[in-house]
Amino acid sequence: MFAYIIRRILYAIPILIGVNLITFMLFFMVNSPDDMARAQLGAKQVTPELIASWKEEKGYDKPLFVNHHAEGIATVTDTLFVQESLKLFRFDFGFSDANRDIGSDIKERMWPSLAIALPTFLIALVTNISLALLLVLFRGSALDTGMMVVAVMIMSISGLFYIIAGQVIFSKMWHWVPISGYEDGWGSIKFIILPVMIGVFAGMGAGVRWYRSIFLEQINQDYVRTARAKGLSELKVLFGHVLRNGMLPILTGVVVIIPSLFMGSLIMESFFGIPGLGSYTIDAINAQDFAIVKAMVFLGSVLYIVGLILTDISYTLFDPRVKL
Amino acid sequence: MSIVLLWTDILVWLLVIVLLVWGRVISRSPQVKKQWHTIFKSSIAMASAIILLFYLLFTLLDSVHLRFAAHSTASNGQTVQYKGDTVSLLDLIFTHNLKSTERTYSAPFATHEYSKSVVVDDKGVTRQAYLPLKHVSRNDDLLVKSFYAVLLGILIGSLIIVLHLFWQSSGNFRELFWRNWKAESTLPWRTAYLTIIILAVLLTWLYMLSFDYHVLGTDKVGGDVLYQSFKSIRTGVLIGILTTLIMLPVAILLGVSAGLFGGWVDDAIQYLYTTLSSIPGVLLIAAGVLSMQVMMDAHPGWFETTLERSDLRLLFLIMILGITSWTGLCRMLRAETLRISQMEFVTAAKAFGVGKFMIILRHIVPNLMHIILISVVLDFSGLVLAEAVLSYVGVGVDPTMYSWGNMINQARLEMARDPMVWWSLFSAFVFMFILVLAANLLSDRVQTVLDPRNR
Amino acid sequence: MGSILTVENLSLAIGKEKLLKSVSFKIKKGEIFALVGESGSGKSLTSLTIMRLLPDVISVSSGDIKLKNRSLFVLPEYQMQKVRGKSIAMIFQEPMSALNPVMTVGEQVAEVIKIHLGLKKDAIKKKAISLFDEVALKDPQERYHWYPHQLSGGQKQRVMIAIALACEPDLLIADEPTTALDVTIQAQVLKLLKKIQAERNLSILFITHDMAVVSQMADRIAVMRYGEIVEQAVCQAFFNAPQHPYTKKLLKDAAKTKEERETKQQSDRLLEVENLKVYFPIKKGFFQRTVGYVKAVDGVTLSIPKGKTLALVGESGSGKSTIGRAILSLVPIADGTVRFGRQNLAGLDQTALKPYRRKIQVVFQDPFSALNPRMTIGDIIREGMISLGVGPKEKTLQDEYIRELLLKVELKEEYVHRYPHEFSGGQRQRIGIARALAVKPELIICDEPTSALDVSVRSQILELLRKLQQESGVSYLFITHDLSIVPAIADEVAVMKEGKIVEQGPVMQVMENPQHAYTQVLLESAPKLPYTIQKRKK
Repeated sequence: MFAYIIRRILYAIPILIGVNLITFMLFFMVNSPDDMARAQLGAKQVTPELIASWKEEKGYDKPLFVNHHAEGIATVTDTLFVQESLKLFRFDFGFSDANRDIGSDIKERMWPSLAIALPTFLIALVTNISLALLLVLFRGSALDTGMMVVAVMIMSISGLFYIIAGQVIFSKMWHWVPISGYEDGWGSIKFIILPVMIGVFAGMGAGVRWYRSIFLEQINQDYVRTARAKGLSELKVLFGHVLRNGMLPILTGVVVIIPSLFMGSLIMESFFGIPGLGSYTIDAINAQDFAIVKAMVFLGSVLYIVGLILTDISYTLFDPRVKL
Repeated sequence: MSIVLLWTDILVWLLVIVLLVWGRVISRSPQVKKQWHTIFKSSIAMASAIILLFYLLFTLLDSVHLRFAAHSTASNGQTVQYKGDTVSLLDLIFTHNLKSTERTYSAPFATHEYSKSVVVDDKGVTRQAYLPLKHVSRNDDLLVKSFYAVLLGILIGSLIIVLHLFWQSSGNFRELFWRNWKAESTLPWRTAYLTIIILAVLLTWLYMLSFDYHVLGTDKVGGDVLYQSFKSIRTGVLIGILTTLIMLPVAILLGVSAGLFGGWVDDAIQYLYTTLSSIPGVLLIAAGVLSMQVMMDAHPGWFETTLERSDLRLLFLIMILGITSWTGLCRMLRAETLRISQMEFVTAAKAFGVGKFMIILRHIVPNLMHIILISVVLDFSGLVLAEAVLSYVGVGVDPTMYSWGNMINQARLEMARDPMVWWSLFSAFVFMFILVLAANLLSDRVQTVLDPRNR
Repeated sequence: MGSILTVENLSLAIGKEKLLKSVSFKIKKGEIFALVGESGSGKSLTSLTIMRLLPDVISVSSGDIKLKNRSLFVLPEYQMQKVRGKSIAMIFQEPMSALNPVMTVGEQVAEVIKIHLGLKKDAIKKKAISLFDEVALKDPQERYHWYPHQLSGGQKQRVMIAIALACEPDLLIADEPTTALDVTIQAQVLKLLKKIQAERNLSILFITHDMAVVSQMADRIAVMRYGEIVEQAVCQAFFNAPQHPYTKKLLKDAAKTKEERETKQQSDRLLEVENLKVYFPIKKGFFQRTVGYVKAVDGVTLSIPKGKTLALVGESGSGKSTIGRAILSLVPIADGTVRFGRQNLAGLDQTALKPYRRKIQVVFQDPFSALNPRMTIGDIIREGMISLGVGPKEKTLQDEYIRELLLKVELKEEYVHRYPHEFSGGQRQRIGIARALAVKPELIICDEPTSALDVSVRSQILELLRKLQQESGVSYLFITHDLSIVPAIADEVAVMKEGKIVEQGPVMQVMENPQHAYTQVLLESAPKLPYTIQKRKK
C-alpha cells in the first residue's frame, strides 16, 4: 500500500507538469511577456527598455522553452517554463498583478471557502442518500414517481435561480438572514446558513437520482435476494446490505471532490460576498490577473490528484477485494 | 441583399446536414429504427422532442443572416454598399420589436415606465411622474386581441397537424386523424398534436401582442425582453449541440484507440485525459477564454462587425467547452471498447483475419452508439445551464450577444431595486427551464431505452 | 407422515401472460423432492413463490402454498420474514454472486442466527463455527473472518449451505446448487447435502435441469415444462418407466450415445501441437515489473486426427480454452510448435497467417456474446467470406451461398436479414457454426459450444456437428468440461489438468479404462443416470 501511494505520487508529477504546460501555453503563447509588459505599463510611453526592465523585475526575461544562450542541461532548465513550474511545485505562487502575495492570500481565504463548502457537502451527502434510500424502499410507488419528477424539475432549473430566489425571499422579503457578507468565528453562521441550504437544494435533484440509481442497481443483485431469503426485513436489507455495497460506487464519485472543497464555489461565494477562494478566482478572472488564475489551476489539479489517491485508499478500507 | 455566413451559422447548417444524412442512414437499419420508435412511444419523450424541435426552429431562423443593400447602385458596376447591420430571419420577424425601444425599464404589459422620472410640465413645475411608454397600445383591448390570437394559434397548429397527416399518408385524412387521436397508432400522436397546438397558440399570442405591448417588459435601456429571450435561444442551443459535435470525433477516436490498441497508445491517451480532467473545469474554461480574449484583442482584423466579433467569441467558447468536456466520454468509451474487444464476436472476427480498422468500424463503434447518444443528450442540458453560469463569471459569450446568461447577469445588478425588476430574470429562467426540462426528459427516455442494463 | 409443504394449484402471471399453470405437489418430511425442467420451465419461479420473493410485476393468480398446514400467502410480511431463513431456507445457483462481497462469511452466517434465534454474540459465533464444521469447511475458526472472494466456488456453496442450515429449517430449497461448479466439486457438494439430509431428516426441494443429478439425489421427481408439471413419480418408477413423451425425450437426450467408432488404426494427423507453452505475466511491485508467469498452458503435446474429433476435457482454469486460442494464434505462444500440415503456425505474422485462418475456425461457448448484436445474420456470415476471400464475390451469389449454409445448419433461409437478438441460444449456436463453415475450414475449434444450452438443445447441436463432420470431413477440437458428452461426439480424448495433459487416447479406452488418477476422479464424480436407461438406449 505504501509503495502504491508513492507510485501514485510519482505519477502525479508528469500530470502536474502537463497541467503547467497547458496553462503556460494558454497564457504565454498567445500573450507573450512583451504583451504583458505593454498591457501592464499602459499603452502610451512604452519603450523597449521599459519592457525589458519590467520583464526583469517580474522574472520574465528568459526564453519560453529553449534557452539557446545557455549550455548543457541549462538550455532546458534555464527557461521561463521550467523556472515557473519549479516555483509552483514548491507551492511558491509568487505575486499577483496587484502585488499581493498569492500564497498567503490562499492560506487566508481557504477557510471561508471551507466554511461554506464543507457543510454543503456533508448535508447534501446525508440528505441525498437518505432520500434515495427512502425512494428505493418505496420503489415503484407514487412517492417514488412523484419525487423523481420533482428531481428532474430541480435539475432543470439554473443554479443561479435558486441563489437569486433564495436571496430575495429569505433576505429581502423576510429578513431572516443578511443578504451577503462574512465574519470570522461563530458569527459567520448567519451568513453561511443560506448559501449552504441553497447549495444543498440545488444539487438535490441530480444527487438523489444518482444515489437512487446506484441503490437500485444493487437491489437487483443476487446477494440481496440471499439476504431476503434469510428473513431480513426490507429495512435491514437496505441498511445492512444495499447501503454497504452501494458505498463503493458512491466513494468513487464522492471522495475525489473532498480535497477540492478547499477551492470553494465560484458562484456561491461571489453572490454571497464570502471572501473565499471562489470569489478570489472570480475577481482574478474579471481583473484578468493571470498569476492568480495560474496558481488556482495548479492548486485545483493538485487537490484533484490528492482526491484520486484518497479514493483508491478509501477503496481498500471499504472493499475487501481491493488490495493496493 | 446578400447572405452573411457566420462561422457558427456554417456549423449549425453543417450539423443539420449531418443529422439529415444520419437520419437517412438509420432509417435503413430496421433495428435502430425500432429503437427510436420505442423512444417516442413515451408521450413525455414525444412532447419533449416537439418542444426541442421548436427551439431548434428558432435557432435555425436565427442562423440565416442577411445584409441589405443601402442603395441599389450595383448596376453601374460599382461595388454594392451595404448597411452596417446584419440581421437574421428572426430579426426580420421581430422588426417591430427592434424599432420599439423605450427609454428604460417597464413591466410586462405596462403602459408607463417602471420608475418615476423628473419632468417639467407646462407650468414650469418640476415633478416626478411615470412617463407613458412610446410603443404600446392605448386601447384596452387585451382580451379581444388575446381571443383572436388564440384562434389564429389553433388555426396554425391545425395546419401543421394537417400537413403532418398529409405527409404521413396520402390516403384518408379523417380516418388517419381519428386513428392517431384515439391512440390506435403505435406512436402517441395525440400528445404530439396537443403539444403543437399549445405551442402554436402560445407563440401566436406572444407574437400578436408584441405588436401592441411589451409582453415581457423592457430592460434597462428599453429593449424588449421578449425579443431578447427569443434571440437567446440560438446561443443556448448552439452551445448545447455544437460543443458535443466538436468533442465527439476526438472522444471517439481517442477512446476507441486507447481501448483497442493498448500499450503506449493507451498510456498516452490516459495521460492526456487525466491531465485535462485534473484541471477544475471552470478554471480551464476561464483560462482558455482569457487567453482567447487577449488573442482577439491582438487581432482586430479577424472580424469586421461586432456581430462577427461576438460570433467568433462564441465559436471559441464552444471549442474551449469541447476541449474540456471530452474527457468523461473518452474514459467511458475506452472502458466499453476494452469490454467489447474481449467479446467473442470480436475474437471471431480476428479468427477471420479481419483488420483492426474494420473491427473498429463494424464491431466496436456500432456497439458504442448508445453510450455516445446518451452522453450527447445528457450533456446538452448541462451545457445550456453552464452558459448562464459562465456568463455570470465573465467567461461566457460576448456581453453584446443575446444570451440568457447575459440577461440574468444584467438583471442581477438591479436586484437591490425595490420593488424588484423581476421580468428579465423570469423570462430568461423560464425559457431556459423549458428547454432544459424537455432535454432532460428526453434524455431520460433515451437512456432507459438504449442502456442495455435496463433491459 | 404429514407433508411439510403443500403447493396447490399455483398459477402465476405477468400481465396477461401465464407463467405457471396450476402447479401442485407435496413434499413430505425427510424426503428430497426434485423439480426438473429446462430453462424457462418455471421451476425457479415456483421456488421464489414459496419464499414469497417474486418480483412485483409477477402476480399470483390462484392457488395456495401451505407450510405444515399454515398458508403462506395470508401471512403478513413481518411474519413471512420469520418463515424465511428459519422454517424455509434457500441455496442459490451462483455462489459467486449470492454472497455479499463486502461482508465476511462469518458475519453472513451470524446475521441469520441473530435475527431468528436471538442468541448472544459469543453463542452466535460458536454456532456459526460449528456450522462451518458441519459443512466440512476447513479451519472454521479462521475461515469465519474470510471474505467470499477468498473462497473457492465449492467453499462458497458450503457457506451458503451453512447459512441455510443455521436455524434448523423444516424445508431447504436448493435451486440448481451445483450447476456453476466443476464436476469434482459438484460431487462433493451433492454428497454433503445428502449426508446432512440423512443426519437431520431434512426435507429438500431440489431444483435442477440435470437428470443424472436427479437420479442420484431425489426420492420423488416432478418434471416441469412451460409452467406445468407434466409428470410426477417416485424416483425409481420414474427412471424405469417414464410416462409423458416429454420426459421420455428428456431422458433420451440426457443419456449419451456411445457409438462404436473406428479407432483401430491410427488415422492421419491434421494438426499437431508440440510442447506448447502459453504464459501470462504477473506484474507486481513498484515498477510493475513482471515477477512471474501464470503457466496457463505448460508444455502440451496433442494431435488432432483428420476428419475426426479430439475432445479436450478439463475443469475450469485447466487451460483448455487457452490451447484453443493458441492454435488460432489469438494469444502469444511462449514456446512450442503448432504444426498444421507442414507449416508451423507459432510465430507467423498476420499476413502469413491469413491462408491458415481459412482452414482453422472456431465456435464459441456463449451464444449471446458470440454474435455482434448490431449485424444481421447475413452480414455476420458474410464477414469471414469477404475477409478471407472464400466463396462467390458477387453479392447475389453470396446471398445464395449464405442461404444454403443456413439450410445446412437447419435454420430457415429468411433469417438472413434478422438480428441475433431474435434467436434462441440453440439457434444462435447454429448461426455460429454456419459462420465458421462459411470459409470451408478443415478444423473447427469448438470451445464449450453446448455448455450454455439446455439438454434437449445440446443433443441437437451435437447431432448437427456429427452430421456436418460426416458430410464434409471437417475435424473438431471439442473443448469441454463435461466428460459425459465426450462419447457422443469424440473419437479421441485428452484430459487436462493445471496446464498439462494427463491422459490422451481413444475415447473407449480412456472412458472405460482410465489410467491417470485424475481421469478416474473425473469419471467417478460425473453424475450418472441409472444403468437401466443407458442400457435401454442401446
